[in-house]
Amino acid sequence: MKIPWRFITLLLGAFVFLFPFYYMLIGSLQAEPDPTVRGAFPEPGNLTGENYVEIDKAISLGQSLLNSGIFTGGVILGTMVFGVLAGYALARLQFRGRGVVFSLMLLVQVVPFQLLTIPLYVMIVRSYGLADSYLGMIAPFAINSVAVFIFRQYFLQLPQELFDAARIDGASELNTLWRIAIPLVRPALLTGVLVTFIGPWNEFLWPFLITKQQDLQPLAVSLSNYLTTVSARAANPFGAVLAGACVLAAPAVALFIAFQRQFISSSLESGVKG
Amino acid sequence: MSSRLATAPSPTGSARPAGRRGLLGTVLGKQPIGSAFVAPYLVFLAAIFAYPLAFAVYMSFHDYFFTAPGAIVDRPFVGFDNYVTVLSDPAVRRSFLNVGIFLVINVPLTVILSLVLAYGLNSAIRWRTFFRVSYYVPYVAASVAVVGVWLFLFNENGLVNTVLGPLAPSPSWLVNSKLAMPTIAIYVTWKQLGFFILLYLAALQNVSKDLYEAASMDGAGRIKSFWNVTVPGVRPATTLVVLLATVTGANLFTEPYLLTGGGGPNGASASPVLVMYQKGIEQGNPDIGSAIGVLLVIGVLLLALIERRFVSKEDR
Repeated sequence: MKIPWRFITLLLGAFVFLFPFYYMLIGSLQAEPDPTVRGAFPEPGNLTGENYVEIDKAISLGQSLLNSGIFTGGVILGTMVFGVLAGYALARLQFRGRGVVFSLMLLVQVVPFQLLTIPLYVMIVRSYGLADSYLGMIAPFAINSVAVFIFRQYFLQLPQELFDAARIDGASELNTLWRIAIPLVRPALLTGVLVTFIGPWNEFLWPFLITKQQDLQPLAVSLSNYLTTVSARAANPFGAVLAGACVLAAPAVALFIAFQRQFISSSLESGVKG
Repeated sequence: MSSRLATAPSPTGSARPAGRRGLLGTVLGKQPIGSAFVAPYLVFLAAIFAYPLAFAVYMSFHDYFFTAPGAIVDRPFVGFDNYVTVLSDPAVRRSFLNVGIFLVINVPLTVILSLVLAYGLNSAIRWRTFFRVSYYVPYVAASVAVVGVWLFLFNENGLVNTVLGPLAPSPSWLVNSKLAMPTIAIYVTWKQLGFFILLYLAALQNVSKDLYEAASMDGAGRIKSFWNVTVPGVRPATTLVVLLATVTGANLFTEPYLLTGGGGPNGASASPVLVMYQKGIEQGNPDIGSAIGVLLVIGVLLLALIERRFVSKEDR
């Protein structure tokens, strides 16, 4: 029999990619951390939900999740409103400076964001006093350029006759966008939401810099603070950290699995075009 | 052009308004409302990218320090002083060396592994969706969360060392000054690989099937046709993967901050962005931090140019 090398390689790859996540879940449920090979399998005697209680006590999961949600929601809202408008204009309207805006959109994607952290910190925290505020958190991410690009690509694919007809009927551009174009690119909107979601939900450096007040920190920030400072004093630090990690990773992973088709096609598209 | 053609030959009777519209049309475009639609995005780009970029360069040439909002102070021009300070600081130089080590490991590993796995996925194989999803999971999960489990796996008494037994390195992975940076490089490779696999999957669909058939008719085996058909066929994607992996690597912050407790041991895994944060914000020298950032970006641009040359040169 021929050995299916291809399949074995892929299976090995899948194990390497998924095992840490499985281990994260197991570790979050262990009463005593067990780093032996046996510890990688669930043991009924060593299972507990105590770690979730512990991390909740330390960083207040509910509040942290709410902060992550507001941060992410604000970015999605900004992208959905202003990003769709920009994407539509770039695809369908002829106006002066369109080429320049398009080039800028592409250019932005290669500017390393980290270079901007110091000037943005000076501006947002020192000049505008927006430290410890949702607005300060959201501002640098407010419109996701990758999503604008995706919207543009989808609007571009619609037939021109549709827009000609609407213009002859005297519909305003805003009306055409709202009544005709948007209903036809629903999948693009979903893709835009997904692509935008993982940015702020997983973002660490920026909210870490500007939120010092614990009750405003998104989960990624409060969990990392727990990891670097508090965990040394906890009874089962790994268990609590892993419990927090599960809560942080779960929404993104679940969303991605539920909508994996949209997610993959969007990356494919931008990949081919890029 | 087309806008002028469409509006200039106006019907009789309404010559004046049509003429004005035609003039406006050439100046503002056929649908000037488009400018209003992109205005918020343009303001965003100006405020969040263009201005801070210029501001960073400005700070790096001045003696800039934090003040209370609204305070007017003198911030003299100091020429290249900040750059001299930065370049003569061993911690900064170490961090640039570290990111070099990181890229030397991360970039080739990313290209090879993502191409091989994408090649394996690009066929009618059982569980295709399952594989694709599982490769993508680390990419969508928050790094802060995943770092937690890596700390658990790679600590002194973690599962990895337990399995390795006597082969476990001492001192352990993340506290070993020789292994800390390579471990981070492997972590990031693992975390980002799913994204690059998807890029290659898209590129593979553009490689013509005829070429594979021709190769197999010439008697090329699977490995030979991979090397002679697939690898050249996806070269544009390889350029993109190399560039994106380099930019991601240059932006490294979360991993050294959390995995090795702030770039330890003894700065052996500090990245330029981490040092930039420590000097610029923790120690309150935004001018020094900006100078590090500007140097980093210049370095990345130079590296990207060299890489592009190098990857596309093989074409000829």
